[in-house]
Amino acid sequence: MKRLRVFVRENSRNPNAIAYTVMAIGALALPGIVQFANGGNGDFLVSLAADGGVYVLLAIGLNVVVGFAGLLDLGYAAFFAIGSYTYGMLASAQLISSPIHHAVHIPFWIALLIGMFVAAGAGALLGAPTLRLRGDYLAIVTLGFGEIVPRFFRNMKDWTSGVNGISALDVPTLPFWITGPWASTQLAIEHNFRFVSFNPTAWYVLVVILIVISVIGVNNLYSSRLGRAWMAVREDETAAAAMGVNTVNTKLLAFAIGASFSGFAGAFYGAKLSLVSPDSFSFIVSITILSMVVLGGMGNIPGAMIGALLLYSVLYYFLPGAPAQATALAHNLGMDWLNQSSPDGWPGIAEFIHRLQFIIFGLILVGIMLLRPQGLLPSRLRAQELKRGVHDESAVVTT
Amino acid sequence: MSTDQKPILSLQGVIKRFGGLTAVDQVSFDVPKGEVFALIGPNGAGKTTLFNCITGMHVPTAGRVVFEGRDIAGTKPYRTAQLGIARTFQNIRLFEYMSALDNVKVGEHVRMKAKLWDAIFRTPFARREEREVSERAMEHLRFVGIERHADNYARNLAYGQQRRLEIARALATEPHLLLLDEPAAGFTPQEKVELMRLVDKIISRGITVFLIEHDMRVVMEVSQRIVVLDHGEKIAEGPPAEVRKDQRVIDAYLGKSA
Repeated sequence: MKRLRVFVRENSRNPNAIAYTVMAIGALALPGIVQFANGGNGDFLVSLAADGGVYVLLAIGLNVVVGFAGLLDLGYAAFFAIGSYTYGMLASAQLISSPIHHAVHIPFWIALLIGMFVAAGAGALLGAPTLRLRGDYLAIVTLGFGEIVPRFFRNMKDWTSGVNGISALDVPTLPFWITGPWASTQLAIEHNFRFVSFNPTAWYVLVVILIVISVIGVNNLYSSRLGRAWMAVREDETAAAAMGVNTVNTKLLAFAIGASFSGFAGAFYGAKLSLVSPDSFSFIVSITILSMVVLGGMGNIPGAMIGALLLYSVLYYFLPGAPAQATALAHNLGMDWLNQSSPDGWPGIAEFIHRLQFIIFGLILVGIMLLRPQGLLPSRLRAQELKRGVHDESAVVTT
Repeated sequence: MSTDQKPILSLQGVIKRFGGLTAVDQVSFDVPKGEVFALIGPNGAGKTTLFNCITGMHVPTAGRVVFEGRDIAGTKPYRTAQLGIARTFQNIRLFEYMSALDNVKVGEHVRMKAKLWDAIFRTPFARREEREVSERAMEHLRFVGIERHADNYARNLAYGQQRRLEIARALATEPHLLLLDEPAAGFTPQEKVELMRLVDKIISRGITVFLIEHDMRVVMEVSQRIVVLDHGEKIAEGPPAEVRKDQRVIDAYLGKSA
C-alpha cells in the first residue's frame, strides 16, 4: 500500500504515466460502459473500438520509424497490406484457386507471427535500397512503395483474386473464453471458442492485449541500446557512425520493427473483417497514420496512441454521426425546415454536413497543429525543439 | 617512452583528391603510442580531411592508413570506432536532443552486447548491462568534469561543456587512439589550461592523443611531436622546439618574405 502511494506520488506529474493510466482504465471500462449506455446494444461501438485498436497498433509502429529513428515514411500502409494479405492467403480457401491448388489454413496465432515477420522482412527489403536517402528523398521513395504494394496485390489475380480481394478468412480460435455482463451476456466459460463477427467484445479484448504487448516491447526498445542508436542516427548520422553505431543496420532495424507492428495489425484487421481488399490500403491510410503520430506527439509512445484514438474517433465516429446529430439538433430547435431540401439548392442539413465532413476534419487538424504544434502529448524533445529560439539566445550568452 | 615501440598509427603516402583538388597529397608519418601528437597547418591545409581519411569518413584516393598493424584505409566509420579510434569534431556534433548521459551512452554502444531479443524483452542481461553502462557513462562525465549536467540536453550545455561532453562521448568508446579536432577552438585561456590538463589525464590512461590545434601555445605545451601540413603536403615534422624554428613552417604561417 505504501509502495503504491509512493508510486502514485512520483508519477502524478508525469504526463506519460497519467496517459497510460487513463488509457488502461478507459480500455477496461469501455465495453461495459457502451453496453450499459446503449441498453445492451453497444456491439457496434465495441466493434468500432476494436477497429480503432488497429490504428493504435499502426501508430505505435510508425512512431518507431518516424519518431524514434527520424525516417519519414509515407508508405506505411504498404506493410499493413502485406500483413493483411499474408494472413488472407495463409488462413483461407484462397490458395485453392492459385497455382498451388491447395488451401492453406494456418491457425491465427501462428499466422499473426508470420504476418509480423513477413512485414518486417518487407520493411528491411524496402529499407535496403533507401538507406542512402534522407528526409524528403526517403519520403518520396516510401511513397512510391506505398503505391506499388496495393497495386501489386490487385494485379496478382491468381493469388489474391485481384480487386475482389480475399474473403471468408479463418477466425482465431481458443480452447476456452470467459464471457460476462461486459458483453451483455451471463457470466460463463465457453469451450472451443471462435472469434466471430457478432461477438465484438472478444475482438476488442484481443486487440487490447496486442496493444499492451506492443507498448511494453516498444517501451523496452526505446530505453535500450537500440533505442539510443535510433535517436543518435536521428540527431546526427555522421556522429553516430563515428561513435561506432552501424547506421545501416540501425535504420534497417527501425524499418523492420516498425513494419512488424503493421504486420501484426494487418493480420488482426484481415481476420476481424474477414476480408482483405486492395482498396483498404490506399495512400490516405498512410497519411492518416502519419497524422495520428504527428498530432499525438512524435517520438512519444502514449502520444502516438492518443493521436490515433482521437483521430480515429473523429474520422469514424463523430464525422459519420454528424449529419444525424445535426438533423436531430435542427429538429429539437424547431427548425425542421433546415432538414428539408429546397429547390434553390439547399440539400438539407444532413447532406450539407455530410458534404462538409472533410472540411471539418481538415479544420480540426489545422486547429490542433496551430494550438499545439508539438502534438497533444509531446516527448520532452519536441517540447524543447519548439522553444528553440529561446534556447539559442541563452546559448549565445553562455558562450 | 620507448622509441622502438611500433607506432599506433602510420600513414603511408596518403592522397585524397576531390575532383581536381588534391586536399591531402602524399602524406606519411607515424604516430607513436602513448604520446600527444599534433597536426597543425594554416586553414585549408587538409587537416580535417586527413582526420576523415583516418576515421573512414573519406576513402583515401591512394596510400595506406595502418592502425595497430592493419590497413584500415576505406574502412567504414563505425568499424574504425570498433577497432579503437574515437574522434571529436571541429564544429561540435553532439546528439542535441539527448541528455548528456545518453550521449555518452551512445559512445558505449560499440562495447555493448545486448541483442535485439534482449532489448525487446528487457532480459536480466540487458538490465545489468544498462546499469553498468550508466555507471560507466557517469564516470566518463565525472572524468571530464560535467557530471552535474548529466540529465540536461546536450544542446543546453554551455559551449565549453559541450566540447567536454564530446570528449567524454569519444572516451566512452574505449579508444586506443583519440583524435581531437581543434578541441580548444573558442576557449578562454583558462579553459585552454583546463583542456591541457584533461589531455594529460587522458594520456595517463594509456590512450594516444592525436590532435589538430591552431593555438600554438597549446600545441607547443601539450604535444611531444608535431606534423605541419600546408596545401595538403607535409612540410615539417618533429618535436615542437624544432618545428617552431623551421623556415618552411614560418613561411606557411606568416607568408614568404619577398
